[in-house]
Amino acid sequence: MDRIKKFFSTFLLFELLKGMAVTGKYLFKPKITVHYPEEKTPQSPRFRGLHALRRYPNGEERCIACKLCEAVCPALAITIESEQRADGTRRTTRYDIDLSKCIFCGFCEESCPVDSIVETRILEYHGEKRGDLIYTKEMLLAVGDRYEEQIAKDREADARYR
Amino acid sequence: MEYIQQQFIQMFGAEWGAMLFSLATNMTFIFAIVIPLLLGVAYLTFAERKIIAYMQIRVGPNRVTFFGIPWLRGWGQPIADAVKAIMKEIVIPTGANKFLFILAPILTIMPALAAWAVIPFSPELVLANINAGLLYILAMTSMGIYGIIIAGWASNSKYAFLGAMRSAAQVVSYELAMGFALVCVLMMSQSLNLGDIVNGQQGDSLLNWYLIPLFPMFLVYLISGVAETNRAPFDVAEGESEIVAGFHVDYSGMAFTVFFLAEYSNMILVAALTSIMFLGGWLPPVDIAPFTLIPGFIWLLLKIAFILFFFLWFRATFPRYRYDQIMRLGWKVFIPITLIWIVLLGLIMQLPESVRKLPPLNIWF
Repeated sequence: MDRIKKFFSTFLLFELLKGMAVTGKYLFKPKITVHYPEEKTPQSPRFRGLHALRRYPNGEERCIACKLCEAVCPALAITIESEQRADGTRRTTRYDIDLSKCIFCGFCEESCPVDSIVETRILEYHGEKRGDLIYTKEMLLAVGDRYEEQIAKDREADARYR
Repeated sequence: MEYIQQQFIQMFGAEWGAMLFSLATNMTFIFAIVIPLLLGVAYLTFAERKIIAYMQIRVGPNRVTFFGIPWLRGWGQPIADAVKAIMKEIVIPTGANKFLFILAPILTIMPALAAWAVIPFSPELVLANINAGLLYILAMTSMGIYGIIIAGWASNSKYAFLGAMRSAAQVVSYELAMGFALVCVLMMSQSLNLGDIVNGQQGDSLLNWYLIPLFPMFLVYLISGVAETNRAPFDVAEGESEIVAGFHVDYSGMAFTVFFLAEYSNMILVAALTSIMFLGGWLPPVDIAPFTLIPGFIWLLLKIAFILFFFLWFRATFPRYRYDQIMRLGWKVFIPITLIWIVLLGLIMQLPESVRKLPPLNIWF
């Protein structure tokens, strides 16, 4: 009996029609695509995008050249050189991030004792030459200056969980 | 028409004039078929991407438009694709046989377009109204396979060769089932002429179409048609997850596009043949006023579009068959079914006239 049933359900293409009914139903369902440049998916405050170097409110740069980020970076994307300034504090003279090496793991941000190097929500940047993706200290500071408000707000939102 | 023929005869003399006139009319006819066909192919790719996208709750191509008109979003996509394909370089691999490599796409597209010569768009609109139309179609559709085999051989690549072997075996096996299904149509219509086949389905309504009496053959023909054109779920010849892209891995630019055009025009051809053999070609579904006013070729186009939609629907629904399953379906299922049906149909034809006209049997004759 089972074999007869199976024979008929195969020959009447019953299973195939059931499959087609499913896809046919989906043809009229509302589409869930996000139309990217016009619409964007929501981002978390922990989003790990382009890096930035922050400053204190008085304009002094935060980074003290402890080189923890350079040490922790699994992709060896960070290069730091430092020297003593006239007032006796240690500051960086060079802080390069090679974004073509960076894997955006966020370890640099985690390791930073002074919340200097951070990752922002920016994901739409590009370089037209290979060198364009090596961000220098000036560029990183400029990113930080420009988006400080957003960066501060995101740190604030995430502070409870750190 | 008569006037132009007179002009030709006056200009070039009786013999040359008549010859040149028939050449000119035939060329016009050919262009009138091929250019809309290629446009149809372009927009079939668009329809395919759009419909499959909708079935997968995506939106499909929706950017390229004409002159920035917002409601035409996406409609420029096939044109943009064509321009891209034309601009690209045709790479010829070092180990390839250059002559055969170039010849293969030409051999594929030639029969795919040539087969359209005998398709009747309406009782009068047919380029070549030959009596062996169906034989011609079968011959042309089987010739397309040479292009695929040659492409696989000339590429000098393992994947391409595997794709060509698979494709050859598959097309040859399904050709048989397809031919047997068409034999049933021949037995019903008593003619090889496509126009006569459609005329044989003339009646009050769609109940007279061969779809009803030959429904199993319709299914066999449709599925064999999908297999014949190497479409999903029978696309082992391409099988991108197994052998990259099959016979056309090494083709790029326009050479690839020609294969693409051939595949899609074959698809439209199979849809056209299905509508002519089983869905009454240019005949309206019901033979009363509002339907008969619409010209015949529009009905044919609507039927072609309907069948093509099913092709796309199959592709969105079914996973690819395993190779041995395809062979099993072709040889062990379709060919026996068609053979049994031929015998059955022959028996019904041999019944005495009075018995054949009784209700359950009169759908056949």
